Amino acid sequence: MNINRLLDRLFGSGVHSISIEENFLHGSAVIDGREVAVIGTHEHAAIDSALALAVSASIIGVIRDDLSRGSSPRPIIFMVDTQGQTLSRHEELLCLNGYFAHTAKCVDLARRHGHQTIALIHGEAVSGGFLAFGLMADRICALPEAQVRVMDLKAMSRITKIPYDRLVDLSADSPVFAPGAENYWRMGGVHEIWSDDSDWLSCLSALLVVADVRDRRAILGVERGGRQNAAPIAELVANAL
Amino acid sequence: MKNVKPASFFESSARVRVAKLVDAGSFKEFCPPQLRRTSPHLARLNAPVAFDDGVAVGSATLAGHKILIAAQEGKFNGGAVGEVHGAKLAGLLDRGVRELPRAVLLLIDSGGVRLHEANAGLIAISEVMRAVLRCQEAGVPVLALVGGACGAFGGMGIVTRLCNEIIMSEEGRLGLSGPEVIETVQGVEEFDSRDRPLVWRVTGGKVRRALGEATYLVDDDICSFRSVTAELLCRYQTKPLAPVDIDEISAEHARLTERTKRFATARDGREIFQASGFVDLDEVSLLPVAKFNQQLLESL
Repeated sequence: MNINRLLDRLFGSGVHSISIEENFLHGSAVIDGREVAVIGTHEHAAIDSALALAVSASIIGVIRDDLSRGSSPRPIIFMVDTQGQTLSRHEELLCLNGYFAHTAKCVDLARRHGHQTIALIHGEAVSGGFLAFGLMADRICALPEAQVRVMDLKAMSRITKIPYDRLVDLSADSPVFAPGAENYWRMGGVHEIWSDDSDWLSCLSALLVVADVRDRRAILGVERGGRQNAAPIAELVANAL
Repeated sequence: MKNVKPASFFESSARVRVAKLVDAGSFKEFCPPQLRRTSPHLARLNAPVAFDDGVAVGSATLAGHKILIAAQEGKFNGGAVGEVHGAKLAGLLDRGVRELPRAVLLLIDSGGVRLHEANAGLIAISEVMRAVLRCQEAGVPVLALVGGACGAFGGMGIVTRLCNEIIMSEEGRLGLSGPEVIETVQGVEEFDSRDRPLVWRVTGGKVRRALGEATYLVDDDICSFRSVTAELLCRYQTKPLAPVDIDEISAEHARLTERTKRFATARDGREIFQASGFVDLDEVSLLPVAKFNQQLLESL
């Protein structure tokens, strides 16, 4: 879906002010009479240090504005569409991971300042680009066209030396390595998948009613049957005598 | 004292690193190999499994300070993070929030997500990231020690940079995408992964220290890692960790923005070394660690 049509459908036509600068977008919208900040990327952005800084600067700006206005912290909606990190020697030399960690710290600071954080995957959500801010949010939702993955099965087969056909067979009943938002939902890594028929504005306003900053994704993975080991093992290590 | 060969951090296994880093005999492991919590996903792919899934986690003392510690085993699947492996790291950090030790030490030696269970690994790393941030919020510093053959890459490169301090050896490497991945996708002209000196100048301990990414550069022996860590633990005892606030985040933002501008076209660590005051750029790789640190300090 075209980004402008998508933003209109999500936040209502004519009532949001979100500017789009190449593959970066930021601005604000109103949900149930409450202002929310919108920050993210589109066009399957490859995230480099400049884009990570743009996202970080917007998060810091939202926290500072609300502090100086003395207003209640606005929820932040992260629009996620990334093919992953930029693959370049220059970016590696600068230590791109440091920029991504900085973005993650900004999301965490927002959370600690009382901003609700919601990630909406509206395109691709791939590896490092997804880790920087999408996977740091309190709630992670996938729109119908969302593609979530680390790597496609062909590349995975090449690197792991496991035949492609075998990976395809195994992925039929295991969510653990094959791409797909549904797989991430079963593992608790995506909280909700929205259908094309649902009213997305009501989905968003429902999310904004309850703030929950706990990371319960491992427990969700057990409840949904897609990730049975993470929660009990973390529990064992956390509480072993 | 004659010819006591120092134990190389690089050459040692995860468990030897832990044993020699902490006070003798103080390491107590949680979810030990005897429990055989292997990866069910590797088993389904008929891939080899490990009884500890490639990571040892536990508690110990270091110079008398109570710590929690994790060590990734680079020799098992490149230290890659799967469901069980990641859950052990996240669980240890959760324990940190409850027990409030002097610090949590992460001996990172990993290429990132384990592809055989890629989705579980990616989610796990994000859970580890959030757990590191929770620990720090609770006032518990998290320290990264990087000096193994796999370095700290992928999601574990991000985890490393969330840590309060990064102690690296010259042999350690830190980055996001490994040189092999960049070469495969972008071509050998972009990054020749077999050009070892180049790989070292882009991701190695010295360039990371010169950039300020690594906070300490130490010799490749476990003793050197231990003495810097002990010093830091003492410092945290005197001055407990304060939670990160918006001014600190803004200062980091300014530093990173400045770096992006200053090195807008840089593609080789030589440019970083030059900007850090090193004159003879061919000599940098040969400088002993102490001398390198001294020259870096003098130029600041």
